[in-house]
Amino acid sequence: MSTESIAIPITDTARPPFTATLHEWITTVDHKRLGLLYIFYSLVFLVIGGVEAGIMRIQLIRPHNDFVSPQVFNRMFTMHGTTMIFFVAMPMVFGFANYLIPLMIGARDMAFPRLNAFSFWMTAFGGLLLYFSFIGGDGLYGAGNAPDVGWFAYAPLTSQTFSPGHSTDFWTLSLLVSGIGSVGTAINIIATIVCMRCKGMTLGRMPLLAWLNIVMAGLVILAVSPLTAAQVMLLVDRYLGGHFFDTQAGGSAVVWMHFFWVFGHPEVYVLVIPAFAFVSEIIPVFSRKAIFGYPIMVAATVCIGFISMSVWAHHMFTVGMTSAGNTFFVLSTMAIAVPTGIKIFNWLATIWGGQIHFLTPMLFCIAFLFQFLIAGLTGVMLAAAPFDWQLAGSYFLVAHFHYVIVGGILFAIFAAFYYWFPKMSGRMYDERLGRLHFWLFLIGFHLTFDFMHIPGILGMPRRIYTYEPGRGWETLNFIVTIGVLFQALGTLVFVGNLLWSYFRGKFAGRDPWDAWTLEWSTASPPPAYNFAKIPEIRSRRPLWDLKHPEDPDWQYE
Amino acid sequence: MYCLIAAESAIFTIFVVAYIFYLGKSVTGPQPHDVLHVPIFLTICLLSSSLTIHFAVKSLQSARMGSFTLWWLLTIVLGAIFLAGTFREWRHLIYDEGLTLQTNLFGTTYYSLVGLHAFHVTVGLLALAIVLIFALRGDVTRQHAARAEVLSMYWHFVDVVWVVVFTVVYIIGR
Repeated sequence: MSTESIAIPITDTARPPFTATLHEWITTVDHKRLGLLYIFYSLVFLVIGGVEAGIMRIQLIRPHNDFVSPQVFNRMFTMHGTTMIFFVAMPMVFGFANYLIPLMIGARDMAFPRLNAFSFWMTAFGGLLLYFSFIGGDGLYGAGNAPDVGWFAYAPLTSQTFSPGHSTDFWTLSLLVSGIGSVGTAINIIATIVCMRCKGMTLGRMPLLAWLNIVMAGLVILAVSPLTAAQVMLLVDRYLGGHFFDTQAGGSAVVWMHFFWVFGHPEVYVLVIPAFAFVSEIIPVFSRKAIFGYPIMVAATVCIGFISMSVWAHHMFTVGMTSAGNTFFVLSTMAIAVPTGIKIFNWLATIWGGQIHFLTPMLFCIAFLFQFLIAGLTGVMLAAAPFDWQLAGSYFLVAHFHYVIVGGILFAIFAAFYYWFPKMSGRMYDERLGRLHFWLFLIGFHLTFDFMHIPGILGMPRRIYTYEPGRGWETLNFIVTIGVLFQALGTLVFVGNLLWSYFRGKFAGRDPWDAWTLEWSTASPPPAYNFAKIPEIRSRRPLWDLKHPEDPDWQYE
Repeated sequence: MYCLIAAESAIFTIFVVAYIFYLGKSVTGPQPHDVLHVPIFLTICLLSSSLTIHFAVKSLQSARMGSFTLWWLLTIVLGAIFLAGTFREWRHLIYDEGLTLQTNLFGTTYYSLVGLHAFHVTVGLLALAIVLIFALRGDVTRQHAARAEVLSMYWHFVDVVWVVVFTVVYIIGR
């Protein structure tokens, strides 16, 4: 085990100049630094995307509000959706994967460090390209700046006729560029996990986080590439005068929908599977029990991976498919609830009878369990095609997928932040501020997204910039907007906690949680080489074996 | 490389699906059966280049540098013939038949699918040429065999895609 670190003689104790540090970070190929860059980058975009959501909610706080114009409102929801999916959620999970996977499988770096840096910068420039549209989108037409076609950009709205100027091109190109980065990272993750595991780490002893991330990476490869292809077609249409999605020349707008959702639905699982991964690592540690049903967890994940490739058209029930098509997608969508349910029961069984420590990461995980369950239940409701015909395109749908993405994924990401912050920074976060963040965000989340279901059932469609009074939507929309305030406050506390703890927090030591996976066996923050000696393991919980030589895990597995 | 191939396959799948879906949906001519001729010679060239690159890698593994360079060069020549043939075909289609990307759906899907493949051939040829330059300078040795094999996997993939494209465009599509 790599408990000793190599002392590097310090020749110069003075702080290096700022430019040197900057140069080091920009040219880095170290997986930990790239991971942190990913995470920092997505935090910045989280704030930007949150501000856009706030602008929309202020506009909708009362009927006939004129806080922003309809055009600006359209841009806001397009930018909010695109930013949150492509430049917050994806870089965030890639950041954690980058940082944690080599540490967890006992490797010194990712398989392709330079590809790793390339992928990060592609993603970063993709984000900049999207936001450059605020300046450059006007083109020569004076036709509005940022993209305003919605995050799934249905044809024919994206054709030159209906979207003059360059705003849609910025959208297309930024997704194309960041998509290349995503595929690069996915290839890297798979190669790392397949080739770089330390001695003794068979596939059956790999931490669940590594297992779930390899499934996620496989999904990225199979899902993001179709999006890239579709974006190329859109560019051909817009710039070379092609007819892929030009209905007047025999092209089809529905084909774009299919191509987009072939990407779009697996994408949900690209984001949620790493969230499962965080929860699967955190819950056992704070329940002081090994994960319940490890092989079933792996099997369920792989199962979700496969099924998620065959459910995309449940986004398109209202388009008018054949009844055979509808039936197929209803059944496949409902089938995916089975492996997901297995996971929830496994987490519950892990907590069951455990010695639960209610610290901030665990609080977020427990909230995740409840909220993800509800999100899954409304998902099953919407999977029934007749129900979907009634509520597709309403605020019920918006509430459903925000329950998945905020209540599920974002809560798991916050849990991961608090859990691994001591490892990444070497210092403990402030527990009181962490709890304050949790409660503020929990209250804000439920105020916003619980109450958002109801106007949807009452018939409020998504993407409207204002509404008439007297439909029973006013109070509900008011409550929804107030919830955003709580969430914003919670996020401020979170960022403040991170900053304060980074400079002033208590030193954490290498293993503050008494955890069991390999990343806790090295110093916090880990040295550039990760492990002085590559570890050798004999069970799923190598640190347990080390701490309890009288009762090691490998006797039972 | 397997992962990259999986990702590339997904991209090609989307373009092939689009091609098949839009078959016969063009509202104006020309239609595929009016203008397309089956490029048998080019197909033979490209497919046999898979064989030559295989021999090249085999030679490298047993450190026969002369035969490696020869087979590798032959691969590049065959690939270049294929690319030149595609160029001639497109020239014929554009100038004699008046079919461009903008003409109709067939044009749009045909040029983007075949063009995507030709783009991959071009990328492959560039990579092969770089290796050839290294080989001629004497920098390629037996220990690079694994890397040459990775490149050859890409080249085989490009060939397999051509089999699919050929079947879809020139046999089913006509």
